[in-house]
Amino acid sequence: MSESVIGTHHLIARHAGSALWFARYMERIENLARLLDVTKTFASEGEAGRNWLSLLRINGDGAEFFARHDHADAISVARFYLLDATTPASVQTAIAYARENARTLRALISTEMWLQINVFHTRIRALGEPDVAQESLSAVCAMLKEGVQAHGGITEGTFYRDQCWHFYMLGRHLERTDQITRLIDTKFNALLPLAATDAAIDAGEWNALLRAAAGYHAYRREYPHGYVPREVAGFLLLNGAFPRSAGLNLAQLDWHLNQLRSQYHLRGCAPALERLDDLRAMLASQTIDEILARGLSPFLDTLQRELGALHGDIMSGLCGE
Amino acid sequence: MRQGGLLAGYDPGSLFCEMLRPGQEPHLALSLLLERLRQMPIDALRRRAADAERDLLERGITFTVYSDATAIDRILPFDLIPRVITAEEWRTLEAGVIQRVRALNLFLYDVYHDQKILADGVVPRALVLRNAGYSQAMVGFEPPFGTYVHVCGTDIIRDDAGRFLVLEDNARTPSGVAYVVENRHMTLRVLSDLMAGLNVRGVDEYGLRLHRAMTEIAPPGVMHPQVVLLSPGIFNSAYFEHVFLAREMGVPLVEGQDLLVEGGSVWMRTTAGLAPVHTIYRRLNDDFLDPDAFRPDSKLGVRGLMDAWRRGAVAIANAVGTGVADDKAVYAYMPRIIRYYLAEDAILPNVDTRICAEPDGLSYTLDHLHELVVKPVAESGGYGLLIGPHATKLELEEFRARLKANPTNYISQPMVRLSVSPTLGDDGVNARHIDLRPFAVTGRDTWVLPGGLTRVALRAGSLVVNSSQGGGSKDTWVLA
Repeated sequence: MSESVIGTHHLIARHAGSALWFARYMERIENLARLLDVTKTFASEGEAGRNWLSLLRINGDGAEFFARHDHADAISVARFYLLDATTPASVQTAIAYARENARTLRALISTEMWLQINVFHTRIRALGEPDVAQESLSAVCAMLKEGVQAHGGITEGTFYRDQCWHFYMLGRHLERTDQITRLIDTKFNALLPLAATDAAIDAGEWNALLRAAAGYHAYRREYPHGYVPREVAGFLLLNGAFPRSAGLNLAQLDWHLNQLRSQYHLRGCAPALERLDDLRAMLASQTIDEILARGLSPFLDTLQRELGALHGDIMSGLCGE
Repeated sequence: MRQGGLLAGYDPGSLFCEMLRPGQEPHLALSLLLERLRQMPIDALRRRAADAERDLLERGITFTVYSDATAIDRILPFDLIPRVITAEEWRTLEAGVIQRVRALNLFLYDVYHDQKILADGVVPRALVLRNAGYSQAMVGFEPPFGTYVHVCGTDIIRDDAGRFLVLEDNARTPSGVAYVVENRHMTLRVLSDLMAGLNVRGVDEYGLRLHRAMTEIAPPGVMHPQVVLLSPGIFNSAYFEHVFLAREMGVPLVEGQDLLVEGGSVWMRTTAGLAPVHTIYRRLNDDFLDPDAFRPDSKLGVRGLMDAWRRGAVAIANAVGTGVADDKAVYAYMPRIIRYYLAEDAILPNVDTRICAEPDGLSYTLDHLHELVVKPVAESGGYGLLIGPHATKLELEEFRARLKANPTNYISQPMVRLSVSPTLGDDGVNARHIDLRPFAVTGRDTWVLPGGLTRVALRAGSLVVNSSQGGGSKDTWVLA
């Protein structure tokens, strides 16, 4: 039946790679905006310097940053992430690459997607000194989040769901998994005193962590009694309903890769699927208590390393690299 | 009290105005359109023009200008007041373009095979065989249906008597068709009330027709030929059009790095591995197509492509070596070329062109130098362009000496006073010069998109319609 014909056409390998990167860069913009916003909100409550440093640490941008600035405060970090087009870490770089990939894909993505990216790109390019001031930072972060969310909504509603869409979704879920592991990694190092499962923990900090990941309300609903570190870690890592948890995103990666293998007969999926199987087994075979007992940091390190390798498997197996 | 409409104060003088049509029977649809324009306040038009401009930028309907290592995306300014072509005029234009494309293809077949037209002395042998656009690689090659020029853009102007004249043939990789379609979409978005009920012919068929032609020329025996559009990439100034055409045809937009020749066939690199390619609509110049055959330094092309093509494994549109047919000097011979192959007079005449290589042409040119435009045509030797009516006595005398010394390098043409169309500018609606580029698609047969790119010189008095020099474009309405 002609109605059921989907994706009978080939996808250029290079375009598959562009779709994946396109999604990754867009996710990065939203993630940066979330982190900046939350850091700014809670930095005003004291220990400001430590918070801005931890933001740099999450993203692994310390060296990049200190090559340009002497110390980390609200203004210098905001300037670095929002205005500096010379660092790969900034939203300027992310939107430039996102748009370049969108341009490469322009014959494949919807006109609405392209239009929105163009307008969003222009708005980000127009950011300047006044936007990094304390009083405007939240509004700028809101603009960035909304821009990416509008992109997400338009993509959901208009992007034809053939091969190219699957690659786009692989990029989104790879990036989300990577981001959540970074967030947990730094924050837990900072927040969790050694052997302090029962220690009084600053509620504000946990609040900030969950808000940065857009998980605050969901967490409250599931765990109304308060903050327990192992529960927060379990929620962010393993929860199957939280849109940014590692577990959920790995499951979605698996679904998209399986679609590519079964619907489109892409044999190049094999190495990625194999690695993903192992990765998911690693998460599923341990409770959060076991993970904490064996050490959260080494666990997250392994997860991050494997995510990088998974990205590599997809690029080399399917995207012609 | 003066009427507040758009055309208050509009005066094209003695120029031929495409809207007012001096000396023509009133045309029902045109009269209706004029009435609508007269009733529209200029501020309303300005608002819509601002909407349109923002829309073009946001949609990225742009061409890229490179200067000092920075890339700027510029829009082709769009003038909302349309250019109208009546059904009767279009019949002539369509027939004229089809005739011209037939003659170009017959000429190309001949010069790459028996060269009868050269043997018969109709076109000078050296002009063709030593032309930079002549490709040795094409000698003896048999393209399907004898078609070399699959996409042709014919630049047509109108003089002050309202006669259509061909100014130039673009037979290599003519661009601009995306604007034809996008301009129409823009009209429908911001000015559809102006068009309502006028029975304007649609332009949306282009992609389908192009794809059909690309399928027709594919190697025989392939059930569903794979067509691709080959682009130099996202940094090319015409990339927007490449995207547009790939999308309209529903085919992959590829770069040279996505293709390879292996085992005599052409393949593209896909997520499922190598997949065969049967027709390449290329928007890459001849020189860059295949580093083995042409420029060895080209990173944009595909190694071995020419060889695969010559052996019939793939079709390429437009064919290599069509540049010899749209050369300025060969243009002068087009009326004779049409007569030679088709035994017909040209339906669309050339601008009255004298060939200075011929004694009659030279003496006419020398006698009328002060009223002619004299253009150098050859790749080497001829330099400088003379615009007689604007030249000083001294310049005329210097040029006369140069022309006498080396007449073969020049052609001469009268100054054509191009037709005008009402056009919105800062100081209201004024007469601005326009031209027309219809697009013809040829596989087995030739089809002409009903419409074309109308370019407009936005500066007062300017005859230069090029986008790089302050030109804009208009929607072109062919009435049914």
